[in-house]
Amino acid sequence: MEKRFVYADNSATTRVSQKALDAALPYFTELYGNPSSIYSLGMECAKAVLKAREQVANALGAKVNEIYFTAGGSESDNWAIRGCAQLGEKKGKKHIITTAFEHHAVLHTCQYLEKLGFEVTYLPVGDKGLVTAQQVEDAIRDDTCLVTIMTANNEIGTIQPIAEIGEVCHKHGVWFHTDAVQAVGNIDINVKDMNIDMLSLSGHKLHAPKGVGALYVKTGINLPNLIYGGAQERNKRAGTENVPSIVALGVAITDAVKDIPAKNERVRKMRDRLIEGLLKIPESRLNGDTEHRLAGNVNISVRGVEGESLLLSLDLQGVAASSGSACTSGSLDPSHVLLSLGLPHEVAHGSLRLSINDENTEEDVDYILEVLPPIVKHLRSMSPLWERICRTENIHDYTLD
Amino acid sequence: MIYSEKVMDHFAHPRNVGEIEDADGVGEVGNAKCGDIMKMYIKVNDGVITDVKFKTFGCGAAVATSSIATEMIKGKKLEDALKLTNKAVVEALDGLPPAKLHCSVLAEEAMKAAVSDYYKRQGIDPTPFVGKQSAPDCENCNG
Repeated sequence: MEKRFVYADNSATTRVSQKALDAALPYFTELYGNPSSIYSLGMECAKAVLKAREQVANALGAKVNEIYFTAGGSESDNWAIRGCAQLGEKKGKKHIITTAFEHHAVLHTCQYLEKLGFEVTYLPVGDKGLVTAQQVEDAIRDDTCLVTIMTANNEIGTIQPIAEIGEVCHKHGVWFHTDAVQAVGNIDINVKDMNIDMLSLSGHKLHAPKGVGALYVKTGINLPNLIYGGAQERNKRAGTENVPSIVALGVAITDAVKDIPAKNERVRKMRDRLIEGLLKIPESRLNGDTEHRLAGNVNISVRGVEGESLLLSLDLQGVAASSGSACTSGSLDPSHVLLSLGLPHEVAHGSLRLSINDENTEEDVDYILEVLPPIVKHLRSMSPLWERICRTENIHDYTLD
Repeated sequence: MIYSEKVMDHFAHPRNVGEIEDADGVGEVGNAKCGDIMKMYIKVNDGVITDVKFKTFGCGAAVATSSIATEMIKGKKLEDALKLTNKAVVEALDGLPPAKLHCSVLAEEAMKAAVSDYYKRQGIDPTPFVGKQSAPDCENCNG
């Protein structure tokens, strides 16, 4: 097969859709007004922001005044969690429940709050990467102010029982926030039906530009201001609106939530073929639950090889992917998500995430299945770890054949 | 993160990969938990490293530093090879990202471990030549 470029890292970021780009472009050079200005050029921009807010609200089943634009998922997570902590503290409630495998935007915020005297329960996620509503209920205490659990995990794609968790939270009068950055546009979400009080989303994961996101906050929760200095976002987040990106987000999210089941069926078919093919590599495993999983997520561990080497080798063949190895995380430990499943460090180091979407093709799948096994074979042939695994576990070393 | 062209060249086309079956010295450093293992094999004749091979489990920088380190010591007298520093390895690769500097330490240590093994096999105490063998591997990760 001829060398081609295959983008299989859609959980990292996505291509901006032509439609979203076309919608945004006039707001750079023609409709460049400040939405706070009173003349028509400003008013046009204010209308565009309002329309985008309606589009985001519609995509989530929320009301328009429940949507706040932010600079992205991490900001939304920080705002929701720190805001709720502040509100909780006033009532003497200083306990937060989350999971061990949240995105760092949630985990590091919780760790920061621990330094301020909050107590945080990190629910274990089992070997499949799932939590249950029962676990949440068991962890709720009289002083619990917030439960924050991601809708879908960013590395292994496992989907949590959000509606049930929300129901348990409401039964006990606890607010429920969910980081839905990986989920919006990939699974159907309705904040009312799913008992969600706050939801974080990010534009660039759903074909809008980087640097824009939103936080849904249910009416009745008076989240403290994030940025002082202006009346934007109902006085809560000052700063002139990022109009072009907000417009693009409105357009992109409207498309992203359309026909999700049909889109997923096609993506899932490709994904399953990918998984089946990749698991033919000796001593490889799929990480995370098979069933409750984003349609486009593949996460495998390949023993005896290191993730970054896999990624660089794949890149040389034109394939863009990611890994949970320490070397790609910028820290010395491999992915906390994979460790939370109970995987040993050396298996986590050899992980590979491929995240595909409806822009990928069957040819992309064929290509990955063609190039990856020889890469693994090559890396294993020069790996002292693989040599040791074969020797100590009596595995036939196929790289010597 | 950005790797230099030199690093990518050594990663894509590693020099001296493999094993030497009748090696005169073999050194292995690093561990699977940290995600880096380097194994170096040397053949020594008249105090000169006549052949060297390596096997590495690790990231792109780990493979590239092993590869270039073998090039830098092949054909050298043992005492000259021992002068190889991790700094020299990094410079030869046109630099490494800060998070990857510990890989260059591993390359230096893999070479020293192989030379130590050679001296031991000759019944010679390697300490005067190689210095003390380094403490637990994980300490390298703090580099």
